[in-house]
Amino acid sequence: MTDTSRGLPERPMSPHLQVWRWHITMACSILHRGCIVGLWVGAVILAAWAAALAAGPDVYAGLLGVLGSPIGKLVLLGETFAVFFNIAYTIRQTFWDTGKGFAPRIADMTGAMAIAFAVVATIVTWVIAGANGAF
Amino acid sequence: MVELALPKNSQVKSGKHWPAPAGAKKVKTFKIYRYDPEAGGNPRWDTYDVDVDTVGPMVLDALLYIKNTIDPTLAFRRSCREGVCGSCSMNIGGRNTLACTHGWAEVPGKAVQISPLPHMPVVKDLIPDLTLFYAQYASVEPWLHTDTPEPQAEWKQSPEDREKLDGLYECILCACCSTSCPSYWWNGDKYLGPAALLHAYRWLIDSRDEATGDRLDQLEDPFKLYRCHTIMNCAQVCPKGLNPAKAIAEIKKMMVERVV
Repeated sequence: MTDTSRGLPERPMSPHLQVWRWHITMACSILHRGCIVGLWVGAVILAAWAAALAAGPDVYAGLLGVLGSPIGKLVLLGETFAVFFNIAYTIRQTFWDTGKGFAPRIADMTGAMAIAFAVVATIVTWVIAGANGAF
Repeated sequence: MVELALPKNSQVKSGKHWPAPAGAKKVKTFKIYRYDPEAGGNPRWDTYDVDVDTVGPMVLDALLYIKNTIDPTLAFRRSCREGVCGSCSMNIGGRNTLACTHGWAEVPGKAVQISPLPHMPVVKDLIPDLTLFYAQYASVEPWLHTDTPEPQAEWKQSPEDREKLDGLYECILCACCSTSCPSYWWNGDKYLGPAALLHAYRWLIDSRDEATGDRLDQLEDPFKLYRCHTIMNCAQVCPKGLNPAKAIAEIKKMMVERVV
């Protein structure tokens, strides 16, 4: 095999992300990772909400103020998307676990469907919440 | 380990430009990764304006044309020129494929960008060091393991059992799949990668092989097999149309099935 011990400079690493042209499947995978991190943050928010509820009306009102601020709403919007995308992606993974849905065209399609579902479900949820006076 | 950016010595600088000859009618630009270990320094992108009127349809035709008529210092591997040997695998237009079976006119974008297989140590220009890749292939012991005494003639296999090897035995070890995989990029030293795992599965389901349990034991490891997160780049780029992602899923299934 190739000998590296001839006093030549250390070999460079070939470009990877710098040149890669993404498939939708790769984008879905990293988006799913991001959503999992988002859901951890969501769990902390949920815990804070429960703690504030137990701590009394003043603390609770304070927390609602934070969550109701424009940034808070943006975070909650992201959390809504993360929940729905995670649901869709988990269904996709369940099919994968049985050995189905691996043809690249099918995987592209189910990936696009997962994103579409998450976007639509997020919009519907927020429209319903808005119609019921949540914000 | 996840490192999104290239190390300092690997960042690609802009390089030499080779203009088209006067009177060229149909010009296509090829942007090619160059690295010369003798000269040292960082890799660079050289651009070649090629008069493609006289060039064959495949990327390999263009590379050979450049080497033969413009710049003889360009280094790349090639052999069979018909998608059988797997030598000319490289990253073309952002996707791994074989230069000999991929038409340069099909590459999107103004210039045809060509670099070595991603996230590999570069020996020279488009030639990556595949030592680790081959060692991983060897580690799955890609040959028949048997305990029963050898039959007088061949080991027999029914046509149905033979069919199970279709879509697996065709692999030419070009490394397009393994070097397309972000999990392999970040954990290539511990994760076996799509190609080695596809071969592992090819022996796991061979009806004549008698070491299925041992083979699964070898793969039962947080990294070797389970670093596959079904990103699917392997199946997307395989120039032979094989599906390592599915083979890996089948191995994961076998792991579950043997304990339930």
